Parts: sequence; C-alpha cells; structure tokens
Amino acid sequence: MEVPKDLLYTLEHEWIRVNGKNAVIGITQFAQDQLGDIVFVELPEVGSLIEKESPFGVVESVKTVSDLFAPVGGKITKVNKELETNPEIVNSEPFGEGWIVEIELSEAKDLESLLDPDAYTEQCEKEME
Amino acid sequence: MSTSSNLKVTPLIDVHKEFRGKLVPFAGWKMPIQFQGVIPEHQCVRDGVGIFDVSHMGEIEIRGPSAKSLVQKLMTNDIDSMQDNQVLYTLMCLETGGVVDDLLVHRFSEDHYFLCVNASNTEKDFQWILKNSDSYDVAILNTSSVTAQFAVQGKNSEALLQKLCATQLNEIKYYHFEKVKIHNFESIIARTGYTGEDGFEIYIDARHAETVFRAIMDTGKEFNLQPIGLGARDTLRMEMGYALYGNEINEQSKPLEAGLGWVIKLGKEDFIGKTELEKQKKAGNKRKLAGIRLLDRGVLRPHYQILKNGTSVGELTSGTFSPSLNTGIGLCYVSSEYAEPGKKLEVKIRKLNVPAELVKLPFLPTRVKKN
Repeated sequence: MEVPKDLLYTLEHEWIRVNGKNAVIGITQFAQDQLGDIVFVELPEVGSLIEKESPFGVVESVKTVSDLFAPVGGKITKVNKELETNPEIVNSEPFGEGWIVEIELSEAKDLESLLDPDAYTEQCEKEME
Repeated sequence: MSTSSNLKVTPLIDVHKEFRGKLVPFAGWKMPIQFQGVIPEHQCVRDGVGIFDVSHMGEIEIRGPSAKSLVQKLMTNDIDSMQDNQVLYTLMCLETGGVVDDLLVHRFSEDHYFLCVNASNTEKDFQWILKNSDSYDVAILNTSSVTAQFAVQGKNSEALLQKLCATQLNEIKYYHFEKVKIHNFESIIARTGYTGEDGFEIYIDARHAETVFRAIMDTGKEFNLQPIGLGARDTLRMEMGYALYGNEINEQSKPLEAGLGWVIKLGKEDFIGKTELEKQKKAGNKRKLAGIRLLDRGVLRPHYQILKNGTSVGELTSGTFSPSLNTGIGLCYVSSEYAEPGKKLEVKIRKLNVPAELVKLPFLPTRVKKN
C-alpha cells in the first residue's frame, strides 16, 4: 500500500499536501482501492468556505457513494475540473493527477490533528485485518 | 464493516480468495462483490464470457404425483403449458398479490420440478411451499446446501462449455435444460441467465463444485474467461431492466405495476393471489416500473426521488452507473401519467435536481439466443 512520506492523512483516508498557506487534498490509494471503479466526483464551488470535518464533496464508484470530509477548514481556491470528465484518474493516480481540491487554510492549527505517514500506515493495516 | 462470523460460504470460497475476490456479506452469505473491478468484469461479460458463482441461490425440489398441480397452484405463470426440460420464469404470490419470490421453475417431468429461488428467500419459500402443500401428494426438498450453481454468461459461453461436455449444447434452447456431464461430473445445464447475454446456468453437486469450476477456468483461458462478482451481476441485470427481489418487488408490491403481467396468467385455473391480482388488474396501475437515465453526469441510487416541476412523482428502486452507456441508469416506480419513454423528469441527487429521462426497457438490446 503506497503511503507517500511527504503528505499528511486523515482517518477518512484523505491526504493533504501542505504548501505554505495552501493545502491540496485527495483520497489515498487505500481509499480508491476500497471504493473500486470511480465514476463520478462532485466538486465544491471555487471560492466557497468549508469547515474542518464538514462534507465538501462526494466520490461515487459503481458500487457506493462516499462523502469527502474537509481535513482542514478554509476557502476552496482550486478544484480538479479534469475529474468531471475523467473521474477514473482518482483510481489510477490518487496522489498525483487525481487530486481533488486546493484549500487556502484558515488556521494552521487544523494541521496538528492530522496523521503522519507512519500513523496512517498503521491505521490502514488495522483496517485490513 | 459488518462482522462475518455467521455468514455462510459457498463451496468456492477458497477459489474466490485465490482470484483475489473482495468478499462481502450478501443475503447471509460471504460473497465476492468484485475481482478485478466492476467495470472490467461487466465488459468481460458483454464482450466475451464471464463466470459467476451463484451458489447462494436456493434450490427446492418438488416430486410426486401431485407435483404439477401444486406448482400450478403456487405460481402465477402457467405451469401446465410447460414441456419436460423447459424452464419458466414466474412469480409466487401471497393471497394479497404481494410477491413471495420470483423464481425459475424447471420441469423434469410432470411429477418432478426443481425451483431456483433467491438466496434471501430460500427458507421463506420452502416454508411457504410446505404450508400450502397439505392436501398434495408430494415430497418437498430444500437441496440448496448440497447444490452449487455457476452462471457462465457471454457470447463465448457455448464454445467454452462445449469443450468440457459431450452433449451438444447448441441443442439446448433458450429457457431449456439438460442433464449434462461436465468435466465428467453430472450436472444440470440450463440456457438461462441474468445478464441479457447468451449463457448457461449450471447446477452441480456441491462436492464437485470446486473441481468443475477450476476446469472451466482453465479451459476458459483461451476465451479470456474471468470470474465476475455480484457488483457486475447487478449492473448487467439493470441494463436489461430485470427486476431484483427486494428492490423492484417484495411482499408489499403489486407485480402488475412492476411490468410483470406477462408472467401472471389470470386465464388459468385458481392460483394463490389470483383473486387479488384480478382486482388490481381491473383497477389499473397508479404507478409503473420504468427505466430512467440521467441526462447529466452522475450515478443513480435506490430511493432517489423523481421530480416533475419540483413535486415528487416517483422513486428509484435500483440505480447504478451503466458501464455500457457510460451514464447513470436505474429502475423506478413513477406515476402512470408520466410513465412514457422519452418523458423528461428530474432526479433529486443530494441538493441538486438533475435532468433525466424515462427509457424503454431494456437499456441495451438483449443478445440471448432465442430460437
């Protein structure tokens, strides 16, 4: 199970790449594998404000609907429009071209509760048991 | 994740693990929902051939001098019209007209039938049949636990299975069956299925299931045969508009609304539910089952509301993303006044009202081998 070392993670299987005041968010390799073939991603509006832990989008596979929960609060600065026509790149490149949104962080302390790669790997192992 | 402690397993559980099937609880069974993925598995069946373990399905045998008259009384379709080695799709109804189950009746002879029933209903059906058989000279056996079932579906299914059988499979017509030795084991092979493709359903002694399944997998390599999970079974049946018990029909539903009038023979002698179904037919349908497809991006799911000018006029019973049409599709009950193919409506998906239209079923032309 791929868990890049330069990212932070949530228990809901999202990843966060912090770059100064901005954070890019996506779902992990583990998450896309659990969901199966992704056929639809519902994205928020650019400019909308989201609260930490509130739902901000939806990922749907053939089998199931999964809410995306904001790992950090802030303003949506970019959404990955490519996912509207090619949602399957979340399956093929979850940590790269399959990113979902970029958020301008409102509070840096939101990052404190996130998991580091080791803690996240442990979490995945627990769930696979 | 549900606990899997009390789940039943099919004789193929080890094979599923070997082929890396994702096992989930389904109708009290631990079943593979997918192997390589729902979409590639779906395409595999549409383009060539796939194999499903459907050993969770129930099998009930009815034998004895009164077998024909009992089955005729239990079923809405006309059992008297059946020939030996024929299969018939039918409903088994309550006195209220609600559906106990939808099932396949196989006739060996007029004193021996076997029924293939839904996994979730097997015990209920068995008890229902027993309860209604008091005055009939029959033996009723639930053989589900000793019977395995595979479905081999897709245009290459005959060519593949022929390599393992001496019997000429092209002589088994649509909705007929034969006793056939497959890989030297006795089985019943019926030209039936739940995918809309040509294909076969194979019933075999559970003790030989793994051996025969592996033989089919080996022989199937040249046809690129893949194991298919329940996920693709659902998308395949939905593209054909086939009802699924628990979704489109249940003990409360009115089967005439579900478009199942073609298996309800009100002209035949008395059967359970006939009086009520006659009344329902006279009263007409307030709502009808229809196919629906999204005109915008998205996926349909059961229980989504169907709107016309903001008012609910129906509800989805099944929904998915169609791998063949690359769009959200579903089955829904909709008020009769709107139930016309081509009708433009909306589906409420979370906060959005998404444009959709009703579609004549099936969504794709069926390719079963009718002759």
